Amino acid sequence: MAGGWLNGVKQDFTKEEALKEYFYFLADDSLVLGQQLSKWCSNGPVLEQDIAIINTALDHIGRARLLYQELARLEGGDTTEDTLAYFRDHLQFRNALLVEQPNGHWGDSVVRSFFIDTFNFYLYDALRSCNNEALRGIAEKAIKEIAYQAQWSAEWVVRLGDGTEESHAKVQKSIDDLWMWSGELFEEHPIFEVLKDDLPAFSSFKDAWVKKVAEVLKMATLVMPSPELWMQTGGRYGIHSSQLGYILGEMQSLARTYPDATW
Amino acid sequence: MGTNVSLEDKFQAYVDAENKVEPKDWMPEKYRKTLIRQISQHAHSEIIGMQPEANWITRAPSLRAKLILLAKVQDEAGHGLYLYSAAETLGEPREKMIADLQSGKAKYSSIFNYPTPSWADMGTIGWLVDGAAIQNQVMLTRTSYGPYARAMVKICKEESFHQRQGYEVVMKLAQGTPEQKAMAQESLNRWWWPSLMMFGPSDDNSPNSEQSMKWKIKRKSNDTLRQEFVDKTVPQAEYLGLTIPDPDLKWNEERGHYDFGEINWAEFYDVIKGNGPCNKERIAHHVKAHEEGAWVREAANAYAKKQAARKEGDASAA
Repeated sequence: MAGGWLNGVKQDFTKEEALKEYFYFLADDSLVLGQQLSKWCSNGPVLEQDIAIINTALDHIGRARLLYQELARLEGGDTTEDTLAYFRDHLQFRNALLVEQPNGHWGDSVVRSFFIDTFNFYLYDALRSCNNEALRGIAEKAIKEIAYQAQWSAEWVVRLGDGTEESHAKVQKSIDDLWMWSGELFEEHPIFEVLKDDLPAFSSFKDAWVKKVAEVLKMATLVMPSPELWMQTGGRYGIHSSQLGYILGEMQSLARTYPDATW
Repeated sequence: MGTNVSLEDKFQAYVDAENKVEPKDWMPEKYRKTLIRQISQHAHSEIIGMQPEANWITRAPSLRAKLILLAKVQDEAGHGLYLYSAAETLGEPREKMIADLQSGKAKYSSIFNYPTPSWADMGTIGWLVDGAAIQNQVMLTRTSYGPYARAMVKICKEESFHQRQGYEVVMKLAQGTPEQKAMAQESLNRWWWPSLMMFGPSDDNSPNSEQSMKWKIKRKSNDTLRQEFVDKTVPQAEYLGLTIPDPDLKWNEERGHYDFGEINWAEFYDVIKGNGPCNKERIAHHVKAHEEGAWVREAANAYAKKQAARKEGDASAA
């Protein structure tokens, strides 16, 4: 890692720090994706799908709140779910780079969701029996929503892939373009070693994810790129793409203009 | 012709006896047309009304506020869906209603042709705009057309909830920092009069009202509903410590109602004609989303057809 893009990032974590990082990974993924999906509101291809995607955004923001509430407890002091969402800057965000990629067209958003939803499905399913009580509770509630989300996005990938010639070409390009952001979901990170007795490492879900994605893409008559291709990294260390600054700038603008206000 | 008259008389007697008209019942063509116009206009209002609020979802200042706003806009999309379905029971396909909206042939509530530059507008819209809508919709739960009345029962429950949430947003501002209080007052200044305009022209100038009242589509006149709304809302503003921007507003002991100033009818008619600040923007937004979604809808249809053909193939092979 030294000598490259991630030169200088933090590598040593105490158990307490590592646990918080784990929560930030999950919470920031949910918040940033929820924020992105909410932009589809009033812009969907058909009213029923506007409703479906708003619903998904709601689930993500709701889950982010539960995770931030637990984080606020772990951080202590004056920290609240809102100080975590609105008063941290990009260097402190730990979301995967995938979720901050632009919405693009319907196919781009669907593929982005499909990659992360499939990952979330295996992750949260495992968290239901992890050694952290708060996470077990959150996962138990979230797994139903995630199962729905994973099905929704997979169905759309199939519909677009096996729809018209145009939709097939478009969604294939979405897959090819977004693929390089998918590997980060499973990458190794120093916290997983520290937490190995209590919480699952994300790399443990890679095989299941690859298998599921291959299955869905086959049904969709789409070509799956190799999981061994070069993958982007950085989000879990606070090194982001340029997109995140805009997302946070928009999201945090009002809260930061009136930092003393309560809403 | 003679039969027609008697059918119409029978219909009127049926409605007068407080019976609900159902989709398969005979109804005068003008009754059907009036309802299609009104229900589709109502549906379009829900759908176009998503835009001024969606405008603040990404910037809502707390996660709780973001969640509430998202849920509200989702409810509105749901209301639009029921209402399109209710209008479809009268034989009007949804595609045609959407096309009429986009061409400008069909209208939606003019209130949504105003912009939402302030977060406070998310509270004010819930409080005043949803409040005004409820005034009208509670009446419509007793409207003579069954599917419309039933859709209204469900919609009213959710709208009352939205109104309380809107009022809560305004209350937090009104009880907040001086900047927040100013935000709430400024927003009330802008939305008060357009909210009163939501009830439509005064009774003397409302051409469709009489027949609608006779058919019990409508049960209270525009001016009656407007007065009810003013009477209900003034004490709410007082409780918040906000000032309603009408120097002529005062309690009239004799009438048992508030007197209020004259609405700027020139503005009302101009905004309806298309000259509001956001008329063009709202339709352009709708058209853009619709056009950008065309390939997605085509793909979904093509896939559904393929699936159906595959099933048929399986069935004949078996």
